[in-house]
Amino acid sequence: MESTPQAQIVYQRPRSLASTPTSYCPGCTHGVAHRLVAEVLDEMELRERTIGVAPVGCSVFAYKFFDFDFVEAAHGRAPAMATGIKRLLPDRVVFTYQGDGDLASIGMAEIMHAAGRGENITVIFINNAIFGMTGGQMAPTTLPGQKTTSSPTGRDVEQMGYPLHMSEILSTLDGAGYVVRRSLHDPKNIRMAKKAIRLAFETQVRGLGFSMVELLSTCSTNWGMTPLDSLRWLEERMIPVYPIQDFKVVQALAELRL
Amino acid sequence: MPREFLEGNHAMAEAAIRAGVQAYFGYPITPQTELLEHFSQRMPELGRVFLQAESEVAAINMVYGAACTGARVMSSSSSPGVSLMMEGLSYIAGTEVPVVLIDVVRGGPGLGNIAPSQGDYNQIVHGGGHGDYHPIVLAPSTVQEAIDLTVLAFDLAEKYRAIVIVMADGNIGQIMEPAELPPMRPLRTEYPDWAVRGTSGRERRFLTSIYIDPVDEEVTNFRLMQTWNQIQANEVRYKEYFMDDAEIVVVGYGTAGRVALSAVRSARLEGIKAGLFRPVSLSPYPYAQLEALVGGARAFLVTEMSAGQMLDDVLKAVKGRVPVEYYGRMGGMVPFPDEILAEIQRISREPLTVTFDPRQGWMKRFAPIVEAEKSRN
Repeated sequence: MESTPQAQIVYQRPRSLASTPTSYCPGCTHGVAHRLVAEVLDEMELRERTIGVAPVGCSVFAYKFFDFDFVEAAHGRAPAMATGIKRLLPDRVVFTYQGDGDLASIGMAEIMHAAGRGENITVIFINNAIFGMTGGQMAPTTLPGQKTTSSPTGRDVEQMGYPLHMSEILSTLDGAGYVVRRSLHDPKNIRMAKKAIRLAFETQVRGLGFSMVELLSTCSTNWGMTPLDSLRWLEERMIPVYPIQDFKVVQALAELRL
Repeated sequence: MPREFLEGNHAMAEAAIRAGVQAYFGYPITPQTELLEHFSQRMPELGRVFLQAESEVAAINMVYGAACTGARVMSSSSSPGVSLMMEGLSYIAGTEVPVVLIDVVRGGPGLGNIAPSQGDYNQIVHGGGHGDYHPIVLAPSTVQEAIDLTVLAFDLAEKYRAIVIVMADGNIGQIMEPAELPPMRPLRTEYPDWAVRGTSGRERRFLTSIYIDPVDEEVTNFRLMQTWNQIQANEVRYKEYFMDDAEIVVVGYGTAGRVALSAVRSARLEGIKAGLFRPVSLSPYPYAQLEALVGGARAFLVTEMSAGQMLDDVLKAVKGRVPVEYYGRMGGMVPFPDEILAEIQRISREPLTVTFDPRQGWMKRFAPIVEAEKSRN
């Protein structure tokens, strides 16, 4: 007896993502990061009580792509704005989505003190080693020797200093509950990134302190590479400088079985 | 409520608490730190939010986020700290969320000092942050008025979804005098239909100051100006003293206005027909009310604890029809009543002419005082 083939949905837009055409460049990993956040919020059934804080940079329009409440911060100030919201609404889930210029350059004070206070917020940190929105200038995370429009002969560490390793720095603070680095360059790492994002939101829901997932990401347009070459460059050049690692996982999380 | 002996900073903090402020974010800076300290004790015991931020930059952005939830929120600071808040204030203005800020002004520019000043007038009243926006600015001259204006500030901020700044000075913040606090208002339980509090049971909302399409930004700017027009029409506040038959109109606000009142009283005892016009709302400025005094006035005397910043607004109202004279102290110096009385006496006996910039004559008259200050050591 023949069985009737049944249509089965295996892939669809998460409820937490809005039906908005992307404004990100081909090859950019912002879309992957957005989707992972949305999938996690759907799985944890948090959409209706989540408030996002968008940064200044390419993801300034993050609020268009997520289908829940959002605010748009000044450059670097997202952790302060998130603090204001979380303190008023402690039972809501509040997260910031910030790039490397926003978080590691102009927003250094705000991110350090949010982590230091153990502010019970989640930070999604996109590290693509460059300022994307303004057209490819040097970021604090730009690699030594990396050419950008403001380091045209390559980042000379004698003149321009060294890359900042934000996950390593923030993980030293007592207020941090969960600080890890992941990458978005291949399916395995994307799955690992999703699990980390889940744990970051679990950190917040359980009141275990500041949580951050650093996501190594690509910027094909400003790196001047094809999307495929960008993924290779991330793997070969960025990961040696920014190792994929758990830097801080509080005991209660380490014991968590999902 | 009974009258109590209250310090200005404590009184303003307690007034905000009784007006139902739900969250305070701030950073220590003299001469307003008592505000921060008062909130640090009272807010937790009332189950409300207090947080000492890492900087004024962070404080105003915490206020920005908290305001987006529709709650009553505020910060306070003094001049250098308020300079740091200008970025956040512009974003708050562009997002149209209500926020109250108290600026206890001190001597400047730069680090300056911690003495009373009015040197922030232009920054607070005529802008500060980038872009087209106008805050409402209220200037108290007594502790009682500081209490009353702090309460009013929250109501106006919410009525117009605007920034309201109580511009006090180091003197108002630090002085102690009898005053009456208002009764405690209940905290709000309902929130406006723009508040970002989670999308449960409704469409998503977002609050932003970004309008990437200039057409949308122009529409927003026009709306801000329409709101500002309403504010100008409805929220002008000022006080007049001895103005019925005044021929010499003294104009001063805050502590300078209070000192000027003593000088005007002394002038009246000498038979000089002087009166005081004291703007309470510096923004919107009482241009029309000041202009209405031009017909009966022989001259105006503007007095400030700054180098003639409000003077420009008086000149704008008077439009060159009668002489306007200026007398100010700067850098944290507060005028004595006798200094202003001497100016009133001079104006009452000297023939005056309309000049383009009254500061020039003032600087000539004032130079000997500065020379004496330079040689005091």
